[in-house]
Amino acid sequence: MTADVTSAAAEFARRQQSPVQRLQHQLHGKPWLSPLFLLIAAFITFFIATPTFLTANSMGILLQQTAVVAALAIGQTLVILTAGIDLSVGAIMVLSMMVMATLAKDDGMPGILALLIGVLLAVAAGFLNGWLVTRINLPPFIVTLGTLSIFTAIALLYSGGSSIQADHLPGLLNFLGEGFGIAGFRVTWGIVVVILMYAVMGFVLSQTAWGRYVYAVGDDPESARLSGVPSKRILLAVYTVAGLIYGIAAWILIGRAGAATPNAAPDANLASITAVVIGGTSLFGGRGRLIGTLIGALIVQTFAFGLSQMGVDQQWRVLATGILVIVAVAIDQWIRKVKS
Amino acid sequence: MTTTDLEVAHGGVPAGKEHVYDQEPVLSARNLVITFGRVVGLDGVNLDLYPGEVLAVIGDNGAGKSTLIKCLTGAYVPDSGTVTMNGEPVSFKKPQDARDAGIETVYQQLAVIPALDIASNLYLAREDRRKGPLGSVLRMLDKKGMEKRAGESVQNLGIQTIQNMGQAVETLSGGQRQAVAVARAAAFGSKVVVLDEPTAALGVKESGMVLNMVKQLRDKGLSVILISHNMPHVWEVADRIHIQRLGGRAGVITPETHDMGEGVAIMTGAKKLSEDAP
Repeated sequence: MTADVTSAAAEFARRQQSPVQRLQHQLHGKPWLSPLFLLIAAFITFFIATPTFLTANSMGILLQQTAVVAALAIGQTLVILTAGIDLSVGAIMVLSMMVMATLAKDDGMPGILALLIGVLLAVAAGFLNGWLVTRINLPPFIVTLGTLSIFTAIALLYSGGSSIQADHLPGLLNFLGEGFGIAGFRVTWGIVVVILMYAVMGFVLSQTAWGRYVYAVGDDPESARLSGVPSKRILLAVYTVAGLIYGIAAWILIGRAGAATPNAAPDANLASITAVVIGGTSLFGGRGRLIGTLIGALIVQTFAFGLSQMGVDQQWRVLATGILVIVAVAIDQWIRKVKS
Repeated sequence: MTTTDLEVAHGGVPAGKEHVYDQEPVLSARNLVITFGRVVGLDGVNLDLYPGEVLAVIGDNGAGKSTLIKCLTGAYVPDSGTVTMNGEPVSFKKPQDARDAGIETVYQQLAVIPALDIASNLYLAREDRRKGPLGSVLRMLDKKGMEKRAGESVQNLGIQTIQNMGQAVETLSGGQRQAVAVARAAAFGSKVVVLDEPTAALGVKESGMVLNMVKQLRDKGLSVILISHNMPHVWEVADRIHIQRLGGRAGVITPETHDMGEGVAIMTGAKKLSEDAP
C-alpha cells in the first residue's frame, strides 16, 4: 500500500461521473437549462414535422400568442415564489379589460384615462388579494379562489355580458396589437412590452433587496421575519405588483384579440401556472428564476401552436400540455436529488 | 447566613468584578408577563444584564427561557412589565426595533433562509447597495462587496470550515449554519448579543468554537445572554447565571459561588435560594 492512498470517501469523491450524472449536475446549477432544452427539442421536432412551423410568419404568430400568458405568468411567478398561488389572474385581467373598453366606448372617456383607470383597478384587485392574505391570514388558494368568482362576476355584470369590438375603441387601447415587421417577422408592441416587463422584473428579483426578500419570505417566512424582513409588507406588495402586471396584460389582450370579450382567455389561470411550473419554479416557494417562466410560457405555446400546425385536434393539444406539466415537474424533481 | 438542606445562599456578583455591577444595567426587565391563551409563558420575570458580562439563562423545558428572550428582543410583545436599556424605557414591537437598539439575536431555529447563500443571509434585511446611481436610483445590491465583508466576518470569528460565501445555506451542516447565525449577530450587534441554545446541535469541536466566539464578544465589551441546557458550557463561560423556573426567576447565581449540582437543584425546585437575588 502506498502512502498517498486516502480514505474511501475521498476515493468516492474523485470517482468518474457518468455523462448522465454530469448533466444532472449542470442542470442543478442552472435550473432554467432543462426547460430551455425542452423548448429547443420541441422546435426541432416541429421543424421536422411541419414545413410551415419555422417560418418568420409562424414565429411572429407564436410570439403574439405567447405574449398574454407570458405577461400574466410574471405576476404568477412573483406569487408562487412567496409559496402562494393566484387563481384570479385571468379574472383580474378580464375585469380590467372590460372596464377599460366600456369606459372608452360607452362613457366616451379618452383612451389614456380609460387605460389608467383599468390598470389601477387591477392594482386594487391585487391589493385586495394581498390584504386578505396578509391581514385576514387566509391561505392564498382560498382568497384567490373567492376573488376569481367575484371578479369574473363583476366583469360580466359591468359589461352586460357583451363584447366590444376594437373599432369602437380609441387607438391607444388597440396600440399594443400594432407593430412592425422585420423581414416578414411581425413584432407587436405588446411583445415589446412583455420583453420589457421581463427585463425589469428580472432585474428587481435578482439585483435588489426587495427581490431577495421575495425569495426569503417564500422559503421561510418565520425566519425572514426574525431576520428583520417585513414579511407582510413584502407579501402585500407582491400581490399588488402582480395586479399591476395583470392590468398591463389586459391592455395587451385587447390589442391581441381585437376586441374586449368578458369570456376571453378562459384558460389563462392554468396556462400561467403551467408556464411557471414548467419554468422550474417550485410551488413550495423560494426557488425559481423569472427567465424559466418565459421559457415555460414559450414551451406551452410552442406545443399548442406546433400541434395545431400539424393539424392535430384541439383536445390532443390539451392532453399534450397535461403530459408536459407532469414530465417537466418529474425532471425537476430528479434534478433536485443531485449528489454534490 | 445559615442555609438548610433545601436552601443555598444566593450568589451575588462575581468576585473581583464588583465595579461592573455598580454600573447601570445595559438591559433590564421588570415584572414581565406574557400569556398564550390560558398558558402562562412568563409570570412576572425580572432580569438584569450588565455591560461586558455573559449572563447565562438556564431552566428546564417550558420554564420560559426562549419566551423570556423573545420578549426582550421584540419577537413577542409582553402583556405587561417594563424593559429598559441603560435606564431608558424601551418598547420593542418587532425584532427590527430591538436590532435598531443594538440587540442581535440568534434564535434556536437559527432564522436563516436555506435557499439563500451565506452572504445574503448575513446581510439579510440590511443589504448594502452599490455606490452612485446604480444603487441610489436602480437600488442595485453591492453583491461583491457584501460577499467580501461576509467572508471577513466569518474569518474574524475563527470559523475555518466555511470558505465559499456564495454557497447556499441549505448545503451547510448544522454547526456551520450555527456559525453563520452567530457571525451575523456578532457582525451587527452593538450592545447585546442573545444566543438561544447555540451549542445544542453541535459536536465537541464546534461547541468549543462557539464558546470561544462568546468569550470574544464579551472581550469586545458586548453583553451576551446565553441560553443553554449544557451546564458545563454555562459554567465555562458565564459570569452570572439566571435560573428560570415555572415562568419566573428562581434566582441568580455565579459559577464561583455555586456548583452545577446546586444550579440544577434550584432549576428543578429541589432547592431554593435563601433570599432573592438583588
